[in-house]
Amino acid sequence: MEGMGGERNTNLLGVRHILLVLSGKGGVGKSTICTELALALRHRGHRVGILDVDLCGPSIPRMLRVQDRAVHQCDSGWVPVFVGQDRGIALMSIGFLLERPDDAVVWRGPKKNALIKQFVTDVAWGDLDFLIVDTPPGTSDEHISTVEALRHYKLLGAILVTTPQAVSVGDVRRELTFCKKTGLRVLGIVENMSSFVCPHCSGSGIRDSLLFFLLQECTNIFSKGGGEELAKHAGVPFLGCVPLDPQLSQSLEEGRDFIQEFPKSSAFPALAHITQQILDTSQQSS
Amino acid sequence: MIFCLDMVALLDIDICGPSVPKMMGLEGEQYVEENLGVMSVGFLLSSPDDAVIWRGPKKNGLIKQFLRDVDWGEIDYLIVDTPPGTSDEHLSIVQYLSATHIDGAVIVTTPQEISLQDVRKEINFCHKVKLPIIGVVENMSGFVCPKCKNESQIFPPTTGGAEKMCQNLNVSLLGKVPLDPQIGKSCDSGQSFLSEAPESPAALSYRSIIQSVKINILPLHNCLLHMSNCVNMAPGFCFLLFDPKPQD
Repeated sequence: MEGMGGERNTNLLGVRHILLVLSGKGGVGKSTICTELALALRHRGHRVGILDVDLCGPSIPRMLRVQDRAVHQCDSGWVPVFVGQDRGIALMSIGFLLERPDDAVVWRGPKKNALIKQFVTDVAWGDLDFLIVDTPPGTSDEHISTVEALRHYKLLGAILVTTPQAVSVGDVRRELTFCKKTGLRVLGIVENMSSFVCPHCSGSGIRDSLLFFLLQECTNIFSKGGGEELAKHAGVPFLGCVPLDPQLSQSLEEGRDFIQEFPKSSAFPALAHITQQILDTSQQSS
Repeated sequence: MIFCLDMVALLDIDICGPSVPKMMGLEGEQYVEENLGVMSVGFLLSSPDDAVIWRGPKKNGLIKQFLRDVDWGEIDYLIVDTPPGTSDEHLSIVQYLSATHIDGAVIVTTPQEISLQDVRKEINFCHKVKLPIIGVVENMSGFVCPKCKNESQIFPPTTGGAEKMCQNLNVSLLGKVPLDPQIGKSCDSGQSFLSEAPESPAALSYRSIIQSVKINILPLHNCLLHMSNCVNMAPGFCFLLFDPKPQD
């Protein structure tokens, strides 16, 4: 394990902070949190990269509306796909390497590990303030390989995403153990899909972000508070609750910039708050 | 209920994220009711914090052991719950069961394109390994507010949802299950949603899905693979729950 990390590659030396986004369950919103965090950091003037190591189900290219693009080769390796008008977010995903978008990547562990290693060493990221790594659910090949490969770089820590249900929180408890065993710092827990404000019963006049949010009786589609309780129990920071927000899911479907377009929506303050805490942590450690 | 007179076994091969024990309200036991047996790595862990940090080969070894060493007895249906993806667990279970007969796979999705794109991969996986597809279930389709009874699309079907995808790919749509807060609650407390809220729209939908699955597979055959891709969440699983009260 130690011998492999010895050969430090120059491609990641220009990256100041690396963040992993983990969760035990599928469908809890890892890619959503990754995407929105990247956009929020970008709007604050930081240079951001996203590495998508969810090899069997890459979602980020579509969420950023670049699913039709391709990666190119340069002298120092693969050139990531640059997103947005200012080309401010660099993205690498297996989605760019598939011939057809519906092709299934039917690979066992060793093959997945080889590609992850290549993603870590061979992508020409350039200078980045943050590299956010989106992972598949679980604690298996992809996770072990990613942590091993990134160990010798500026790995800031991991963000764990859960939904409020006990079933999902149970998986995050296992993910916490994974972090402990691999020596990965836990930056905090995010509770996604926390509550839902029914647009039909809520008065549309006071749709004013936080105030609106506090005034509403939210319907807790999934039970609420599991993430915060777990964070307390495990002694790790709780980064916040992101409510279910149809505007957020719609933006991700259409590859639109939620952070820029919907500052008044219910999920916005939560995402801004999470971003701020990540920035604070990164400043303390640099 | 529909599965009630049958012997059913449930095998959870989500090694890194076993949810079945919690949803079934099981603590260290493997029989929910006289006619439902369950096996999961969750029963083998000493604490809920234990992480199974295993690479592929070790996971495959355990799956093999589950199939070979568990005394399943005489069962009518073996339902297998898989983790998201198209990798070791999926290849192994199909490979290990190839000597017997697998009736097919039930694939679970949510209505958004972001989820459908993974499900298309899952369908391609089934084609590649020659696994018949029983059909697709669309989960979390629409939310009916318990207060004003109006419906909202929380996960918008921007590309036509599972219905359109099924038409395009020529697979059958088994049904749509609406978001119902009670489903998550039932799963968390290990209760059967179908007996807690038997008249709810979601329960009706589950029942019709179970009916379609049963019509689709011959009763002589005994194995049903339950796959989902990115969305492997609590409610997605529940349609496999059956009424725990046996009928006399």
